[in-house]
Amino acid sequence: MSLDLRPLPVPDALTRPYWDAAKMHRLDLPRCDSCGRWHFYPRSVCPFCGSSSLRWVSVSGRGRIYSMTSVHRAPSPAFAVNVPYVVAIIALEEGPHLMSAVIDCDSRDVKIDMRVRASFLEVGDTVLPVFRPDPG
Amino acid sequence: MQPAVICGIGQSKVGRVPDRSTLQLQSDAVQAALSDAGLALSDVDGLFTTPVRVEHWQAPAAILANHLGVRPRHLSTVDLAGASGCAMVQQAVAAVAAGRCTTALCVAGQNLLTHNSRAQAVKSMAESGSAHPQFEVPYGPVVPSLYALVAQRHMHQYGTTSEQMAEVAVAIRGHAALNPEAHKRDPISIADVMNSRMISSPLHILDCAIVSDGAAALIVTTRDRARDLRSKPVRLLGSGIGMRHSHIGEAADPTTTGAVDSGRAAFEEAGLAPADVDVAEIYDCFSITVLIELEDLGFCRKGEGGPFVMDGRIRLGGDLPITTHGGLMSAGHPGVGGGLFHVLEAVRQVRGEAGDRQVSGAEVALAHGNGGVMSVHCTLLLGQETFS
Repeated sequence: MSLDLRPLPVPDALTRPYWDAAKMHRLDLPRCDSCGRWHFYPRSVCPFCGSSSLRWVSVSGRGRIYSMTSVHRAPSPAFAVNVPYVVAIIALEEGPHLMSAVIDCDSRDVKIDMRVRASFLEVGDTVLPVFRPDPG
Repeated sequence: MQPAVICGIGQSKVGRVPDRSTLQLQSDAVQAALSDAGLALSDVDGLFTTPVRVEHWQAPAAILANHLGVRPRHLSTVDLAGASGCAMVQQAVAAVAAGRCTTALCVAGQNLLTHNSRAQAVKSMAESGSAHPQFEVPYGPVVPSLYALVAQRHMHQYGTTSEQMAEVAVAIRGHAALNPEAHKRDPISIADVMNSRMISSPLHILDCAIVSDGAAALIVTTRDRARDLRSKPVRLLGSGIGMRHSHIGEAADPTTTGAVDSGRAAFEEAGLAPADVDVAEIYDCFSITVLIELEDLGFCRKGEGGPFVMDGRIRLGGDLPITTHGGLMSAGHPGVGGGLFHVLEAVRQVRGEAGDRQVSGAEVALAHGNGGVMSVHCTLLLGQETFS
């Protein structure tokens, strides 16, 4: 098993619920009690209606590839071993977007609008949400 | 209120300059601008600069003022990432007009190329905030990946092609060939761009800005003061700021940007339209950046940036020459403040001092800066000052 030396997220008070849920293999996003919309990345107030009544709610994990790129030149030696690898923007079915990796799929087969489903990658003590193709 | 004008511009050597530190490069640019204006350091009572990402500085404006030996009554360090160059000039004009100072220096640059190894520069740029430290960095994007994600989406939504993006790089390199101060001047072809090393699909190395050492400086003073000075004064006809997202992973619609808002505000203030622009010094960190800015600033319709740049339209001699000094892609990219060079070139064009790059009869020049990942935008419209 190779050592994964990538930079890991350092949670703060605003983002800790996301990373704690990921450790439980759940994808939780902030949702507004007032207008019902989800948003991401986490904010202090709902970016749609301005309410502070926000709570973390689990999403389905289903989405589509909104955009993707195949990285050929890694930012650091930690990532170089995996080149070329995909970095994608996922459009969750609940609305928000997020950046992620796409696993269980050759980088040449990752296409915009492809259906994907959340999965979880353990890296040391951290769990990173990732996505894999969803046959539907 | 005292109308303010741009009265001096200057730059250091740009390219690989290992024998000048960041402060020395900035000082070289200041001396060149003062000489251009016919002013001395003792005339300067305001100073604007940007952060310097290769150093750990606190209050960069104070550090630079101290290094130059000036004691300004107005100081500001502007950080709108790549939009800082344009934004500094907007703020300096406002400060002089408001009477906060009489003669303001705007200075930006660093030795981005020779301060670190290239590998260290790539790594530190990837971890410097363009990618969200928690939600994006762990997935391994390089800075070009963040723009590549925008490019792929633009290609998907509008049919933009790699050839169209490559034309941007070719046109801008062709302009750098006419600029004796440019870092890279050898002509390139569309095939050269498309065959160059892939960094993050669809962006090849030649779709990306270069990395350079260098600094630029610009001086703003009152209209009255400028009457007696050496250079033709240039007026800020209009300006605007726009921001629609910060990090790219969360942006709902990354292919339409705050440039729509910054452009609209600038044109409204100036009482002008895109058709009035004779030359557009557009921020060119990547080829796709230029295509989207041309759309969002209103030079063509949304999604038509690709066809718009073909057939020589954006080259000198075409309908809308862009980035005539060779931009970040070829003239030089010393980091955060690189966009100040676009303002310098806009000033030269309006003055009629752009030499082989001069757009004949240019009266209105646009300069645009983009910060983050198409995140924050500043648009300036410059024209001749007339003392009537």
